[in-house]
Amino acid sequence: MSCALLLLLTSLALVMGTGTAVEIQRPRGVPQSKRQFYEENKPFTCLDGSSTIPFDQVNDDYCDCRDGSDEPGTAACPNGSFHCTNAGFRPAFIPSSRINDGICDCCDTTDEYNSGATCQNTCREMGRKERESLQIMAEITKEGFLLKQQLIHEAKRGQEDKQGKLTELQGSKKGLEGKMEALRTVKKTAEDPEKEAKERHLKSWEEQKELIRMEKDKTRMAEAFLELDDDADGYVSVAELQSHLELDPDSDGSLTETETQGLLGGAGKVDTSTFETVWSGIKDKYLSEGLSDPPAPVETPKEEESRDFVSDHDSDHYPEDYAGEEEDVEDDEEDDDHEEEEKVPPTVQTPEKREDDELSMPPYDTETQILIDAAQKARDDFDEAERALREVDGQMKNLEKEIGFDFGPSAEFAYLYSQCYELSTSEYIYRLCPFNRVSQKPKFGGSETNLGLWGQWAGPEENLYSVMKYDHGQGCWQGPNRSTTVKLTCGKETVVTSTSEPSRCEYLMEFTTPAVCQEPASLDEVLHGHTEL
Amino acid sequence: MAAFVVSPLKMGPLLVLWLAGCLSGTWAVDRGNFKTCDQSAFCKRQRALKPGQSPYRALLETLELTNTKLTLQLINDNNKVRLLLELYRLQGNMTRVKINELKPLKPRFEVPDVLINDPPTEPLSLLSRDENGVVLSLGADSQRLIVSAKPFRLDIMEGREVLLSLNSRGLLAFEHLRIRKDTQASQQFEIAKEDEKVEDGMWEETFKSHTDSKPNGPSSISLDFSLPGVENVYGIPEHADSLKLKATDGGDPYRLFNLDVFQYEVFNPMALYGAIPVMLSHSAQRTMGIFWLNAAETWVDISSNTGSSETPQTDVRWISESGIIDVFIMLGPTPTDVFSQYASLTGTQAFPPLSALAYHQCRWNYNDQEDVAAVDQGFDDHDIPYDFIWLDIEHTDGKRYFTWDPHKFPQPKDMLQGLLDKRRKMVTIVDPHIKVDSSYKIHNEIRSKGFYVKSKDGGDYEGWCWPGNSGYPDFTNPEMRAWWASMFAYDQYEGSMENMYTWNDMNEPSVFNGPEVTMHKDALHGNWENRDLHNLYGLYVQRATAEGLIERSGGVERPFVLARAFFAGSQRYGAVWTGDNAAEWEHLKISIPMCLSLGLVGVSFCGADVGGFFKSPSTELLVRWYQTGAYQPFFRAHAHLDTPRREPWLFGPENTALIREAVRQRYALLPYWYQLFYHAHHSGQPVMRPLWVEYPQDTATFSMDDQFLLGRDLLVHPVTEEGARGVTAYLPGKGEVWFDVHTFQKHNGAQNLYIPVTISSIPVFQRGGSIISRKARVRRSSSCMEHDPYTLFVALSPKRFAQGELYIDDGHTFNFDKQKQFIHRRFSFANNALSSRNLAPGSQFTTFSWVEKIVILGASKPSKATLKTPDGKESQLEFEFDASMSVLTLRKPGVNAGLDWTVVLQ
Repeated sequence: MSCALLLLLTSLALVMGTGTAVEIQRPRGVPQSKRQFYEENKPFTCLDGSSTIPFDQVNDDYCDCRDGSDEPGTAACPNGSFHCTNAGFRPAFIPSSRINDGICDCCDTTDEYNSGATCQNTCREMGRKERESLQIMAEITKEGFLLKQQLIHEAKRGQEDKQGKLTELQGSKKGLEGKMEALRTVKKTAEDPEKEAKERHLKSWEEQKELIRMEKDKTRMAEAFLELDDDADGYVSVAELQSHLELDPDSDGSLTETETQGLLGGAGKVDTSTFETVWSGIKDKYLSEGLSDPPAPVETPKEEESRDFVSDHDSDHYPEDYAGEEEDVEDDEEDDDHEEEEKVPPTVQTPEKREDDELSMPPYDTETQILIDAAQKARDDFDEAERALREVDGQMKNLEKEIGFDFGPSAEFAYLYSQCYELSTSEYIYRLCPFNRVSQKPKFGGSETNLGLWGQWAGPEENLYSVMKYDHGQGCWQGPNRSTTVKLTCGKETVVTSTSEPSRCEYLMEFTTPAVCQEPASLDEVLHGHTEL
Repeated sequence: MAAFVVSPLKMGPLLVLWLAGCLSGTWAVDRGNFKTCDQSAFCKRQRALKPGQSPYRALLETLELTNTKLTLQLINDNNKVRLLLELYRLQGNMTRVKINELKPLKPRFEVPDVLINDPPTEPLSLLSRDENGVVLSLGADSQRLIVSAKPFRLDIMEGREVLLSLNSRGLLAFEHLRIRKDTQASQQFEIAKEDEKVEDGMWEETFKSHTDSKPNGPSSISLDFSLPGVENVYGIPEHADSLKLKATDGGDPYRLFNLDVFQYEVFNPMALYGAIPVMLSHSAQRTMGIFWLNAAETWVDISSNTGSSETPQTDVRWISESGIIDVFIMLGPTPTDVFSQYASLTGTQAFPPLSALAYHQCRWNYNDQEDVAAVDQGFDDHDIPYDFIWLDIEHTDGKRYFTWDPHKFPQPKDMLQGLLDKRRKMVTIVDPHIKVDSSYKIHNEIRSKGFYVKSKDGGDYEGWCWPGNSGYPDFTNPEMRAWWASMFAYDQYEGSMENMYTWNDMNEPSVFNGPEVTMHKDALHGNWENRDLHNLYGLYVQRATAEGLIERSGGVERPFVLARAFFAGSQRYGAVWTGDNAAEWEHLKISIPMCLSLGLVGVSFCGADVGGFFKSPSTELLVRWYQTGAYQPFFRAHAHLDTPRREPWLFGPENTALIREAVRQRYALLPYWYQLFYHAHHSGQPVMRPLWVEYPQDTATFSMDDQFLLGRDLLVHPVTEEGARGVTAYLPGKGEVWFDVHTFQKHNGAQNLYIPVTISSIPVFQRGGSIISRKARVRRSSSCMEHDPYTLFVALSPKRFAQGELYIDDGHTFNFDKQKQFIHRRFSFANNALSSRNLAPGSQFTTFSWVEKIVILGASKPSKATLKTPDGKESQLEFEFDASMSVLTLRKPGVNAGLDWTVVLQ
């Protein structure tokens, strides 16, 4: 009355009742390759050798062997496996737990012989479908592989081109370096006399200015003496000076006689020549009686400052420094041009204002100007050489970077470099730029999100070039930085076929390219290689 | 799923801004979002009242005794307000104490729909009466109830022992309803009484930016209970705290107020998602229970003199914001009695479909149908069983529940059919907040029928939740519930099928922009404020949903509904889980006391998110969590949207194997789980039990948090320490033995046993004297195992005796109940004979399952084993005997599991 008995009977019925079931000549669930271990009417030894049981305990729905080998056709052993022949399709092993569980696992229905499940034999249909799809795949692989050969060829040529270009650039770099060194010497040679001449010019200008100043001072002193000498007796007396409260040494608002006398060097009055000494003590404070405006104080520091401005404007340093800066700026953003303009005006305006009350430096003499022009030319030449070298360096760097990329064993992925591929979904446009970055842009407005920058090849050891990894994308709210895994499959065309986000901020992209197509096995081999009949 | 934080991408900018404001960068609960007792005006007022002479006096002349109850008026001598006391002696050794205002200004809220019936009474008889009070007989065991008049106090005595006293500390405080003084109407009542001085927070209270209007003014109630001889109290879930409740002196009381607490912390008395106002007291002498039937915000203070030289005593004080005092005192005396007593009041655990006891795979979110199919296939590819795959909020069309995202889930029936073909099931989420959207049918119907909760101004109450602006259906309204239930009909819930069940999350309810992330207390459910019934809302949601699932099958199929918020009685409607925990070892540990606490107060179907909801678990933690979860009632893995994927096969073959093994152990043990749940359903006994429930006199077990029993017979001590190399399990029972279920090694009871562990260890022991049925053929879902044979594990006691049960039915319908279609067997081993006999002669059911193997632990070698069946046939069984472990294995008895049989060993 046990189910086991029922089960045994059913299997018998199956064997005897259906004339076509000839293939079940071995115990249920045993593959052909193990047929010899299950010999009817002989004691069965578990395949791990752990024990030996009577043959009627094989497939009796009770697990006797530790390795499950006595129950290949029932669900009795937790670690057993069941073999479905699946004639017309591919044979398969399924875990014993799927025998008679009401779910059709084997396309030949043999796993559900006692569950009440109604399974259709779908092996032929599945076999046909598989063959069809394999055929299609095989064709794709074949064509893809041809394309791949072409890609490899192109990549090789491209690589050679690049290598050639690089060698060429290396040559011209050497030339440029030599040239630059030479020009550096020329520049130095031209700049030394220039500097000397300019200094000379400056020095004589300084001397000249000092003379002018001294002259001016003398005139003021004489004017002051005349002004102070109220009684025009040729002497400035204490009384005459006392009206000048601004000279009060202790600034208490009154200029005493003693204080005044002190200003006059202890004397009661002074003549013109002695006044010279007195003048030097009071000239900074002295206010002219006739003028409402205070005299322009002779402030040396300020004068120097403004002079610096003037000389800076013509300075040889400034333009050079500025040129360098300008170049950097241009590299960055165009907007910075405005900044440049803003920087200039103050240096231009200040001297203009000063020109009114100050004498400007006279132009360089012809001799000096010639030296300056010569030096400027040397500088320009040098700068140009340097720029040319930088350009070559940049080109070389890019080339080296490209050459250095791992484009696969035969550089078959090189053609993807500096290309981009897009896929449009209901919400977003995804963009894959191989070896560069992956991004996502909302279809209906919104800014682009960086889903990762090129990281590395990340396939399994035996197939490294089947997966690309892009990481360090835009950070996720409360999460990691976005990253994308790109799975590559063989296809005739280079297309992004799907994208998904299996985990938050971890994207998955499917990408077909001929570059991963493997050399096709012969179709027959694909279709029949593993079929057991 | 789901506290109130979600990626900004999912929400409107307003919400994002608001969230950004609320979130602190550190990982912990933001305590500032939730009230302390001090910030809750009534709790502060009540707690300011110190123990002392009670102002209440019993007016003995008003005493009336009828067949069913005693009534008596109490007067507060300070303000002359009278209360009405009702005392009932209930069948099954319980006393009910009800106190309400004698003449309240308007009716006060009395909790409906929680008691399964009007509890049957037994007559009280007056033993004596004088001017000091009365003594009443409580019937059995010389139990008496003493009512003292001045001050008013109640004592329940047994013999000379006081079991429990009420108001012995004078903390009975009943804020009577009153008319607001500053309104015109109050002019005529200008009798200013001393205790009626208006305090802050009586008529209005503000917390953070929220003002609670409190139109009814102060209405809180409080009562104290003293438990002489008691050192241990348990229960009052839900708190992330130890099993044994702690004294609350100097800290906040335990709070019961259903709240969506974002990133809750362990070991504190803060309120969480659910509230069951039931406390158990336990000592070596007696177990009792206090059921405080009140659904308003409630705080529970516990103080204990433990440690002092006097008789131990625990004092408990309950404080609720509104309603009445309605308290059930369950007098035990055993834990089993208390469980039965409580079950007689609020009902028992819903008997879940068998598959709901199997493994559930969840994640916020499985992205689309292809994702579901891939995960389903992943389980088969890795030979890991599972029964349910879950869809969180993202499966809907813009968080409109009862709908599907048309792009991600265009063909839900195809998806469900795919699962059905593998004999598997699905759960979809249906939350109680409804998107306010005039193109959403559900919203329009609720609005037009007037089913939404109303705001204090009378309009539909609205708050923010997942969909943005949302309405909250008034589930307290039976018409609303009936309508809601009807929405689960297959023709209403488009794309649903019979293998699709339901998850009610956020049913506290969660209101992102509400006070304490929940509904305003002055929102209106008909005439009642949310204040009065707040903690009931979640129960009603789950109830309406469960009723919907029953109805859609014409009353045939058992429902399965998971809810986050709950109340006393929620056990009748499905399962609960411990909400949004975190991938931390502390959270794994706390899952044990949290579910034990729930089990003690009726809710057996409890689990924690395996792996932890927030954050990403280490592989070791994930494996340990699977191993622990496999032995907890509700076994579901879940993960936050922002965490990396963690399906069991993503951590390398070794860890996949470890998780597979844990899940397989669960499946093999499903017959035992099912039997335990049948018991829980039948008699109210918890499935997962603290050790003291079965060893009530063993004081060593009273505060154990790290191990538990399943039923009586399995002791589980999961490994919950990082990097553990061993655990010390306590095996209770002097003179008893326990068998390691994996090695069959025998250990003596009443000892601390050190068990060296590896990453594959799940220490589980079977009690000597028990018989447990397993199904050793683990298949890809529990349904696939329906007809599989059983293996009986007979663990002999030192006296060579054992007993066990087996329960079988169709696994999913109510036929077990309505048509008595089930098998309930008793297995007994005595005198060297193992027999199976029918425990339910009135029932009938046939099973294909048979007994494939009998493993007898602690056996000696027989010379032969004979199987006898009622038809008189006898047959010899082959057997194997492992002398080193004393394990006898009987080969293939082959008898049908529903029949009588005996195996005799000679």
